[in-house]
Amino acid sequence: MANFTLKVNGTTHQVEVEDDTPLLWVLRDQLNLVGTKFSCGIAQCGACTVHVNGNATFSCVTPVSSIGNSEVTTIEGLSKEGNHPVQKAWEEVDVAQCGYCQAGQIMNAAAFLEQNPTPTLEEIDNAMNRNICRCGTYHKIREAVALAAKSK
Amino acid sequence: MKTQTGTSRRDFLKIAGTTAGGLVIGFNWFSCDSPKMEVLSIEQVLAQAKSFNSFLSISPTGDVVIYSPNPELGQNIKTSFPMVVAEELEADWEKVRVVQANLDPQKYERQLTGGSGAMPHSWERLRKAGATAKFLLVTAAAQTWNVPVTEITVSKGMIRHEGSGKKGHFGEFVDLASTLSAPEEVTLKDKKDFTIIGTPIKNVDAKDMYTGKPMYGLDFHREGMYYAMIQRAPFGMKISNVEDSAARGVLGVTNVVTFGSSVAVVGTSTWPLMKAKKLLKISYEPDGIVESTTDHDKLFADLLATGKADVKRKDGDVASAFKSAAKIVTAEYQCPFLAHSPMEPENFFAHVQADKVELVGPTQTPDRARQETARLLGIPPENVSVEITRLGGGFGRRLRADYVIEAVEVSRAIQAPVKVTWSREDELTGGAYRPAVRYRFEAALDAAGTLIGYKLRGVGMNAGNTTRETNFPSGAVDHVLIESIDHASSITTNAWRAPITNFLAYAEQSFLDEVALAVGKDPVDFRLELLSRAKTNPVGALGYDVDRMIGVVKMAKEKSNWGKNSSVKQGFSVYFSHKSYVAQVADIEVSGGIPTLKKITAVTDCGLVVNPTGANHQVRGGIVDGMGHAMYTNLTFEAGVPKQRNFDTYRLIRLKEVPEIETHFVDSGFDPTGLGEPALPPTGGAIANAIFAATGRRLRSQPFIEQKEFSDIQLQIKRA
Ligand code: FES
Ligand code: FES
Repeated sequence: MANFTLKVNGTTHQVEVEDDTPLLWVLRDQLNLVGTKFSCGIAQCGACTVHVNGNATFSCVTPVSSIGNSEVTTIEGLSKEGNHPVQKAWEEVDVAQCGYCQAGQIMNAAAFLEQNPTPTLEEIDNAMNRNICRCGTYHKIREAVALAAKSK
Repeated sequence: MKTQTGTSRRDFLKIAGTTAGGLVIGFNWFSCDSPKMEVLSIEQVLAQAKSFNSFLSISPTGDVVIYSPNPELGQNIKTSFPMVVAEELEADWEKVRVVQANLDPQKYERQLTGGSGAMPHSWERLRKAGATAKFLLVTAAAQTWNVPVTEITVSKGMIRHEGSGKKGHFGEFVDLASTLSAPEEVTLKDKKDFTIIGTPIKNVDAKDMYTGKPMYGLDFHREGMYYAMIQRAPFGMKISNVEDSAARGVLGVTNVVTFGSSVAVVGTSTWPLMKAKKLLKISYEPDGIVESTTDHDKLFADLLATGKADVKRKDGDVASAFKSAAKIVTAEYQCPFLAHSPMEPENFFAHVQADKVELVGPTQTPDRARQETARLLGIPPENVSVEITRLGGGFGRRLRADYVIEAVEVSRAIQAPVKVTWSREDELTGGAYRPAVRYRFEAALDAAGTLIGYKLRGVGMNAGNTTRETNFPSGAVDHVLIESIDHASSITTNAWRAPITNFLAYAEQSFLDEVALAVGKDPVDFRLELLSRAKTNPVGALGYDVDRMIGVVKMAKEKSNWGKNSSVKQGFSVYFSHKSYVAQVADIEVSGGIPTLKKITAVTDCGLVVNPTGANHQVRGGIVDGMGHAMYTNLTFEAGVPKQRNFDTYRLIRLKEVPEIETHFVDSGFDPTGLGEPALPPTGGAIANAIFAATGRRLRSQPFIEQKEFSDIQLQIKRA
């Protein structure tokens, strides 16, 4: 066991866990931030996507010991009122079916648009291809990312 | 339309003001014309609301609470059910709050999600629930104002009397209305007057989903609960020895318990359990037949050749038809096992106490969870409560209660509340799968190319019946023989979205393509020819409505510009399942020898469309699902253990692999029928038939990418 100081959504937290513990499980089990989802655990699906210093990161394979001073942002901290342009676009387009993958999709899209505010459709496809949606909402995901890009 | 309210039914347990009413908190609730009203929390609303029936409570503030009893797994029921109630109530949708009801067989019938059956089952019940409450509110208003009921109008949560100029919102009349008795019969709205049904109302959980609120079973937490993960035995094996000392040594692990052929590691958080599970040393021994995919290939061949079959349908004299045939076409089709792989892995919370059990989690069949728990523990079912969380997908996996019972077992063993979580590896290796199936089709045609004889022989596993003998082309052919053979497998199988038809439709629709082309007929005309036969002179029992099927075929032909553009190679497919009709056309363009899948056009007749957004979702989602599994996904077994253990080898379709999907809905005037499943079955056939049209390669097995016929086809997918 070791002590870690983590900056999550602008707040500093102390946690005591084994240093190989993935960030995902620290968020979910220690900090009770369960918006970040578990699905594959091996960096294949994107359900667990968070931002580490603004970069979309698979939290399921990111050991807590690798975080250091980095700023972690989760879906709960993406915006105060749930009104980040990507969240608004998701509501507008009414993207979700079961919704389980969508927090990860939104976090991936938000990081991507931060880095590429005016993407081509092909760039959107390439960026969003790393997140699986078992319900098959892919058409709506494309549409919502394009809308968020426009509305930014 | 007048309709009986059926007050004796459980759904309509009359109206009891079960909660406090009339509480006024500080400011003016009582006029809708007042400036912006403060938004109450759902708890505040519920504290004041009066119950009108099991679907509906209304608070004196005019807030309407609609209970949605069926589990929500992405089929949008939690939005579409309340839309139906609100429509007949004439509610203001802005004032509607939706609450997921817990399991309550006293209040609700058929509280489950499966078979695309919720809307057909509940459509009228929901309408009556809304209409009955509206009637009571109107009656209360009429009494209050001393005016005739017939002179009152209702719209958007406001009740008005034109003559006297009086008006008021629902909330003003709930106290009185909830003391009146429900009418024997109520008048339902004319469909042409619908203002909520048929509009794209947004998902009621959208905000919570997009801001990361806890709402799924995996998110559930209770102070003091334990976590558990389970190592399950390979299929056909049982435990002979468990060596768990290394697992117990992992920091955070509090216990290891064995029950049946499962070993549970228990602890205070998830990650230590994932590590500890890998350290378990469990020896197994055979406990029945241990199966591998290679055995299945031989098994299918043997059973198709000589297995004893159940005759499911026999029309005419098949032997003579085949003897007199000018042409015979034969083909075999096979599909692999599949896992359900919902994005949210299986999980459940259980707290077994002395005289009761509390269950919380994602289930498509809450009552089954309750019944199996009660049976296991030998207690009355009423002592088991089930809270239904939102489901991160289901696809049929959560029809079973195996993972609920595991949580109950662990809680009983450790005498504490526990949440059992499955890893993705657990989900893929401990599943309850769509079983592998093989079909053999034979068609006899006369000299004019008319289908005179049709034989289908299917071998499945634990499926009972692998055929759908009243489905098309049954009814359209004089001589038909349909037989089904079942193999009892030690591998656990289960319904998987559109059970049986998820593959049968592909096989049938591909085979019909083969038959049409063998006699030089256009595949769509060939189907229409058969359908007109089924209409004018049907043979035996039909499970489908011929006119509705013809309707989707013709509309798909028109919308897809079938056969009009010689540079586009098209594949056609049509299927009836879960009371709905879906025709699909896949378009492939070939350029420089490279085929590109450009578009799938889908025409659906699911009766009235309740929510166009939801309907589009279900059709597109079904097509993406059908395409993904037909193209890419395979699950193979070796000695009772699946070889594909996670999404790196168990390949699911991704965003860049979906083409444009164009959807159309037939306005057939029927009440709504199922939509969670029917769009999936036709897709594999439409794509396979288009691939044949474009390349001359016939794909008779799935997944396509693993077939040798497909190995040199560089199929491209064009994004929308
Ligand atoms: S759970 Fe992390 S990528 Fe799937
Ligand atoms: S919405 Fe269900 S997995 Fe994406």
